[in-house]
Amino acid sequence: MMNNSYFSAFRGPWTLLKKELLRFWRVAFQTVAAPVITALLYLLIFSHALESHVHVYDGVPYTSFLVPGLIMMSVLQNAFANSSSSLIQSKVMGNLVFVLLTPLTHLQFFIAFLFAAIIRGLVVGLGIYFFAMWFVDIHVTNFWMVFAFALLGSALLGTFGIIAGIWADRFDQMAAFQNFIIMPLSFLSGVFYSIHSLPPFWQKLSQLNPFFYMIDGFRYGFFGKGDVSPLISLSIVGASFLVLAMITLKMLKSGYKLRA
Amino acid sequence: MKPAIQINGIHKSFGSLQALKGVDLTIAQGEFFALLGPNGAGKSTLISILAGLIKPSAGNISVMGFDVVNQYQQARQLLGVVPQELVFDPFFNVREMLRFQAGYFGRGSENDAWVDEILEGLGLADKAHVNMRKLSGGMKRRALIAQALAHKPPVIVLDEPTAGVDVELRQMMWGFIKKLNYEGHTIVLTTHYLEEAETLCSRVGMMKQGEIVALDSTANLLNKFAGKQLRLTLGDVALPANIQSLLRNQEGGIYTFALNDMAQIELVLSSLRSADIEVIDMQLNEADLEDVFMSLVGQSTVSKS
Repeated sequence: MMNNSYFSAFRGPWTLLKKELLRFWRVAFQTVAAPVITALLYLLIFSHALESHVHVYDGVPYTSFLVPGLIMMSVLQNAFANSSSSLIQSKVMGNLVFVLLTPLTHLQFFIAFLFAAIIRGLVVGLGIYFFAMWFVDIHVTNFWMVFAFALLGSALLGTFGIIAGIWADRFDQMAAFQNFIIMPLSFLSGVFYSIHSLPPFWQKLSQLNPFFYMIDGFRYGFFGKGDVSPLISLSIVGASFLVLAMITLKMLKSGYKLRA
Repeated sequence: MKPAIQINGIHKSFGSLQALKGVDLTIAQGEFFALLGPNGAGKSTLISILAGLIKPSAGNISVMGFDVVNQYQQARQLLGVVPQELVFDPFFNVREMLRFQAGYFGRGSENDAWVDEILEGLGLADKAHVNMRKLSGGMKRRALIAQALAHKPPVIVLDEPTAGVDVELRQMMWGFIKKLNYEGHTIVLTTHYLEEAETLCSRVGMMKQGEIVALDSTANLLNKFAGKQLRLTLGDVALPANIQSLLRNQEGGIYTFALNDMAQIELVLSSLRSADIEVIDMQLNEADLEDVFMSLVGQSTVSKS
């Protein structure tokens, strides 16, 4: 009986995770294939246009430099998109009530949405890597660094997506989140350039952008070089995740915008 | 035995609006209970508090002894709520949704036989593999009920389950719900179809402006409030003054009198005889819950001219 209740306590959040995974997998053309193709198009166009103009690290061709940045940008954007769009859709459709009526705790709710976001981010990232490695000379030098940044980065953005999904009441509010926060932060994070090539003011500004650390640390795992120390980046990303996770759990526990 | 639902002094305010003003209600295990009331009486707010979707301003509710706020996991495990709005998840088919719903409550493949029973009982068996999006309105309503039952809760709450549902489905649905009640499930329903409450429910609570204004067995309520109705076809006449007070309704020469006891029939008839008014046709009807409802919540559509 005791084992049984432990087992069923585990089954609740597992079911929610499974549902969240199936939700994006059913429309994988839109949720996985589309971002992979977008990233490959960026790679094609930017490498073609800038390969001979932009100098990044010594001994690293621009196209190779570009690949980890594009992978990480897509991982982050898709992790955010997964939790935020699932929540806003089920809020607007009204079917979030089916989850709210269950005995799932706020922690279990958080974990299920978090892991679904991480997995969507990683699947998209792996997809880009899989296609890019046929055309671009790129090797992972420090797998654990790559893994740690992919995991923490997608966790951070997945969590941010939960906050956005809880906060937004309408699709246009969610679009504002995407267009005014996620897009600028990801484009201005050094995906397409090394921040050392920027004027000092913009370098300083970039250092306030958490996306910069995620992308720089992730890239470090490929080339063994970065704009800042990977351990600093890892601490900043890890701490940001913890802060956002605390905020999210507090929101979920209080029932903010979900339970009147 | 712990009551299925115990509601103590529930207050709920939304800003300056007092939606619930101290509701007390006990529903025993195995009851088939109807919660009636006009729109805005607070029925759905009360059910939302019971389900944990809304937090009460004061008071508490327990399900089989478990507080819905402090022991929400146990309370929700025992409770199945059918929401009023026709909501659905467009990504999945009926069987998948039911499996997920049971899974949230910790139930796995051992629950599949019960899911089949629900599908069968609600006439959804041949729609089990159809995506929720492609179901008709009536089928979506059945799926909504099925989802609330997926974890086989001992206490089942249906909020306006038959709104916009055709007669055939209503019959089938009530057949299945009655069977569940017979097997020991407690059923609470809110409905606008008073005759449904009258035929199905052993006890009725009526709400008005956030308060319970009547709470009794269906039979007692019918006796206490409404008595009988006498419908007389008299034509265009001037009614004697002494029976004016009994008049409930007048429409096209047909006069309806509300009677408290049978002796009043004689009073009406003799008064008419003395006034030389001829009775063209006569009908005696039992009161129904609608009469009780009208006399209590005072939303009478009666036109006295």
